[in-house]
Amino acid sequence: MATVRFIGVGESKPKRNIRISPKLAAYLQAAPLTVILGVFLALPLLMILVVSFWDYDFAQMYPDFLTMNYVETLGSWVTWKTYLNTLKFAVLVWAITLFIGFWVAYFLAFHIRTTAMQMVLFLVCTVPFLTSNIIRMISWIPVLGRNGLINSGLVNSGLVSEPVEWLLYSDFAVVLAMVHLYTLFMVTPIFNTLMRIDKSLVEAARDAGATSWQVLTNVIIPLAKPGMAIGTIFVVTLVMADFSTVQVMSGGQSASVALMMKNQMSLLQYPAAAANAVVLLILVLSMVAGILRIVDIRKEL
Amino acid sequence: MSKAAEIEIASVSKIYGNTTAVHAISLKIPAGSYCCLLGPSGCGKTSTLRMIAGHESVSGGDILLGNKNVTDLAPAERGTAMMFQSYALFPHLDLVDNVAFSMKMKGVDKETRRAKALDMLKLMQLEPYASRRPAQLSGGQQQRVALARALITDPEALLLDEPLSALDPFLKIRMRAELKKLQTSLGITFVHVTHSQEEAMALADIIVVMNDGRIEQAAAPRTVFERPATAFVARFMGDHNVISGRATSSTPSGLSLTVLAGGTFSAPACGIPEGGPVDLAIRTDRVQIGKAAQDGLGFTGSVSNIEYRGSSVKLTATGAGIEEFTAIISDREFFEQPIKVGEAIQLSWDAGDVIVLGKAQ
Repeated sequence: MATVRFIGVGESKPKRNIRISPKLAAYLQAAPLTVILGVFLALPLLMILVVSFWDYDFAQMYPDFLTMNYVETLGSWVTWKTYLNTLKFAVLVWAITLFIGFWVAYFLAFHIRTTAMQMVLFLVCTVPFLTSNIIRMISWIPVLGRNGLINSGLVNSGLVSEPVEWLLYSDFAVVLAMVHLYTLFMVTPIFNTLMRIDKSLVEAARDAGATSWQVLTNVIIPLAKPGMAIGTIFVVTLVMADFSTVQVMSGGQSASVALMMKNQMSLLQYPAAAANAVVLLILVLSMVAGILRIVDIRKEL
Repeated sequence: MSKAAEIEIASVSKIYGNTTAVHAISLKIPAGSYCCLLGPSGCGKTSTLRMIAGHESVSGGDILLGNKNVTDLAPAERGTAMMFQSYALFPHLDLVDNVAFSMKMKGVDKETRRAKALDMLKLMQLEPYASRRPAQLSGGQQQRVALARALITDPEALLLDEPLSALDPFLKIRMRAELKKLQTSLGITFVHVTHSQEEAMALADIIVVMNDGRIEQAAAPRTVFERPATAFVARFMGDHNVISGRATSSTPSGLSLTVLAGGTFSAPACGIPEGGPVDLAIRTDRVQIGKAAQDGLGFTGSVSNIEYRGSSVKLTATGAGIEEFTAIISDREFFEQPIKVGEAIQLSWDAGDVIVLGKAQ
């Protein structure tokens, strides 16, 4: 019998003996992410932690191990007030974005019939994100200002005799701008969970005699909880870390923790800012941990 | 456990935009019977079921449940309960809360409703899993939970939308027997949507064969199989050969039919005029090998395929203008005189086995 052979096939090549043990291969595969996370997350955090124990004066930092920065931060009445103020913003913005975000997502998921239209409307929601945060924030000023759109409208219509002062440079303005900036972070995860709800569950509930309100409270909201939790984590962490919105929209009359840190840094008090950052980090992490304890989001990831 | 209700559908139609899903159908399902709506996908059987359940609005006509017009009532006010195709169990609730859901909606207090739900789970032999979530159950168990949830409302009629389609073949047969047993013991009306003729024949007291939004035939399984009303029913039920042609002579003593460019066949007399189109059905297991006793009750063709099926052999032949004609021959008969693909063969049948098929209304 003739043997058919393709040229180059079957001729044994001299094999190079590079053998990687399976253990080493696994480590090599995990290495890139470890390096990225290490350099850009773990190392900076470690540096902040280390610096927070250092000493400083008006011009320089001195390596040391002092708890002074923490004592000063936690012992000051101003710090506590600032934290409370930040938490107040966080709670207000969270409640409002959750309310708006849920209903926008509910409308998109259950009242728009075609998937194409759902996607179009969802993209419309993201359009504001094509401009920068700062521009979206600043664009409120001509609307809310003393001689802005709303005030001139109110004065001209004779509803008020003098321009309303609390519209701009107030806590109201800060919350309004934050809601504007962060609602989409609530809409997206809730929309995602609502889209996964099997529509026949709603029918099954109706078959069992549930009213529209009962369907909402007994079926849709419980199933949307993971999305709400993810949205809450986004909004709470963003609001807790915000300094530009608070600075611009309150006109410097209100404070947030991040704004306080920024001011400390501009005074070159890096160790004090670092101590503040560590405290804020612990607070935000424990808030996230609390949210994760209440709602199981594992099935969403 | 509860009273059964007769379901009457009076010229009910369903129109979606420009397409008509269901064409003004009328149907009476006697109280306490097991009815199967059978048909290929898109034939309107699920729309019909959903209209009975109240999950789909009716475009025209009326639906009566036990002499009560329920056309415009909400699903829960009709006295029907529906079991959904994918069971639609609430994933965030345990079995007890799933079964107790309808009582919770009515405002029954927690203790009472949980106790009742637990009784129902016991009845379904699901008690050990009462605190589990639906995702932790097998397909058959999920189906039983869905049944328990539907039955706890004490319905007069249970509507099942392809209840067995999500199960594997082995479980399908077991759950099929359970469904039938349950229906017999409860005595309520079951309406079951399926696309499997085997399932329908095994379960139903009445089979309603639907095609293209119309009812082709509504009768007992035996009638549907032995006297299919239309060519569609004969083909869909399977095990039938359909011969289509034109009537060349139609006399009170009999009918003669000619297949286009093919043979001539005889059939019992019926009111079809000369020149009109006729369809005949002959059951595949009533076809024999051999010369026809009488002209028009057989033909000579060539064997195009042979399938061995254990106790029988399936022969497919082509000839006399018929593209595919199937004969089921017993294995003994076949192996006495084996036949090969491509050989010429004479197939014949008795005059009594010829069924003249009509057209759908």
